[in-house]
Amino acid sequence: MSLLEFHGVSKDFGAIRALHDVSFSVQPGEVVGLMGDNGAGKSTLVKIVSGIYQPTAGHLTFEGSREHIDSPAQARRLGIETVYQDLALADNLTAAANIFLGRELKYNVGPFRFLRHNAMNARAAELFAELKSETRADDLVRLMSGGQRQAVAIARTRLADARLILMDEPTAAISVRQVAEVLSLIHRLKDAGITVILISHRMPDVFAVCERVIVMRRGNKVADKPIGETSPEEVTALITGAKEAA
Amino acid sequence: MAETISGFSNVGRVRFWQKGFLASQSAYVLAALIVLVVVMAFASPNFLTPGNVSNIVRNFSFIAIATLGVTLVIITGGIDLSVGSTMALSATVTSLVLSGLAGAAVALFPGGALLLAILAGLATAAAVGFANGFAVAKLKLSPFVTTLGTLSIVRGLAYVATYGRGAYPTGPDKDLFLALTAGRLFDLVPISFVYLMILAMAMYLALHHTAWGRHVFAIGGNEAAGRLTGVPVDRVKIVVYMLCSLAAGFNGIIISGWLGSAPANLATAYELTIIAAAVIGGANLAGGVGGASGAIIGCVLIEVIRNGLVLARVDPYWQQTLVGCIIVAAVLVDRLRSLRNG
Repeated sequence: MSLLEFHGVSKDFGAIRALHDVSFSVQPGEVVGLMGDNGAGKSTLVKIVSGIYQPTAGHLTFEGSREHIDSPAQARRLGIETVYQDLALADNLTAAANIFLGRELKYNVGPFRFLRHNAMNARAAELFAELKSETRADDLVRLMSGGQRQAVAIARTRLADARLILMDEPTAAISVRQVAEVLSLIHRLKDAGITVILISHRMPDVFAVCERVIVMRRGNKVADKPIGETSPEEVTALITGAKEAA
Repeated sequence: MAETISGFSNVGRVRFWQKGFLASQSAYVLAALIVLVVVMAFASPNFLTPGNVSNIVRNFSFIAIATLGVTLVIITGGIDLSVGSTMALSATVTSLVLSGLAGAAVALFPGGALLLAILAGLATAAAVGFANGFAVAKLKLSPFVTTLGTLSIVRGLAYVATYGRGAYPTGPDKDLFLALTAGRLFDLVPISFVYLMILAMAMYLALHHTAWGRHVFAIGGNEAAGRLTGVPVDRVKIVVYMLCSLAAGFNGIIISGWLGSAPANLATAYELTIIAAAVIGGANLAGGVGGASGAIIGCVLIEVIRNGLVLARVDPYWQQTLVGCIIVAAVLVDRLRSLRNG
């Protein structure tokens, strides 16, 4: 049974057709690369899965049942976590506060529910250690480097028992060493049986970790093939339109 | 864990004075306030007399409760210009209901009429706050324009309700009303200050020790991130605007008790002093920064300056000019500090 399936999904923004009749499926434990030029519809596709946009036409299934993902909270309940391209961090909060934003740990005192600061900081520190990131749980995000911010955004997806993790350009703004760490993290996620959809502009990243690549161009899916049966040259040709489809 | 991060040696710990309260604008303004108090104590023998201190405390309590509310709104990146008008309308409704119930038999127990009157006043404030919050959160109107509108609407309603004459608290509960608003605990501590302290503590707890407070800061820091991570942004915003109006309404009722009347022009232009106090105290109009202690520090500073100018027999018209200078100085110091820290 496929973990995630798109059935003829289209998405219009006014006169712009961002996605046109896109169908594909992702198997459990698979790492799928999603490539395409700017405006190809990658981010729109991600936002449909993470509950921010609703498809104009078509539908999607998750773990075999047809789902209507109408909010980020609903996506989370299904076990779908997202690392957004702009990371979606609140600069004025600490790393731990960002990781637990929207699902804080609390304890009850009578009718009131107070935050468990120590427990959240400790859990955040654990996650950073797992990611091998030099990031402190109680430092403000405002004072952090690009790589540290990335670690915070990725640590957030490791909080719950995710089934599917979407990563929108997770290596776009970080150092060489950190790119290697993100890629090894994706390998570890795969070993843990977690499905990953990696959206990236960086051809080497996709060829290093993905088993399959889906190429988008102007809202259409133009290719969907195992990584062993294609090459960076072919993918580039598909992205630019030099090659129509494969 | 120490092993895994030992490869990094160029990332230092942030020192304790570089973060938290000590690194905030509130701390700088508190230091300035302490200096000012010391200077005043030497300059005027009357400054630290119990009577004068008690007056200062009462006077800043009059605007400080509303400042707590406005600070909440400012932390979310919004603004509420309607607080002065809300103070007047709440006070007017409370006085009208209290007077209206004077002869009626609805008061089942002593103080019953007063209780109803205050609830009516606060309910009015809550309705204003809900209107503001709904317009800002759901209709996505600009907070500035929305509350500029309600400033005028609510002030108009206060005039309409009393034909411009204002209202006067009367009836059997009047003495209780005055005691609860303008009274002094143990003949010394103004009761409005007691309310202020309780509300400030509650606000501190809510902001720093509940998920709701986290969400208030997150909305001010990055509203889009809040939405993406499942923060109920619209609901939090509506509650924040309602709390702000409730604080203003409560403050208005207290002022009317001290004045012994609720003139329709009560608290006119107070919103400017209140927002000034919040900003001096460290609330950032760009959102994401602020707190209860800062709000109170800002109010105290403005009142101490006002009081000091009176004691020094300076023309009181200089007050406004000086308060303006302090607003600019406070944000300038904060700006210089953040430039230095990068």
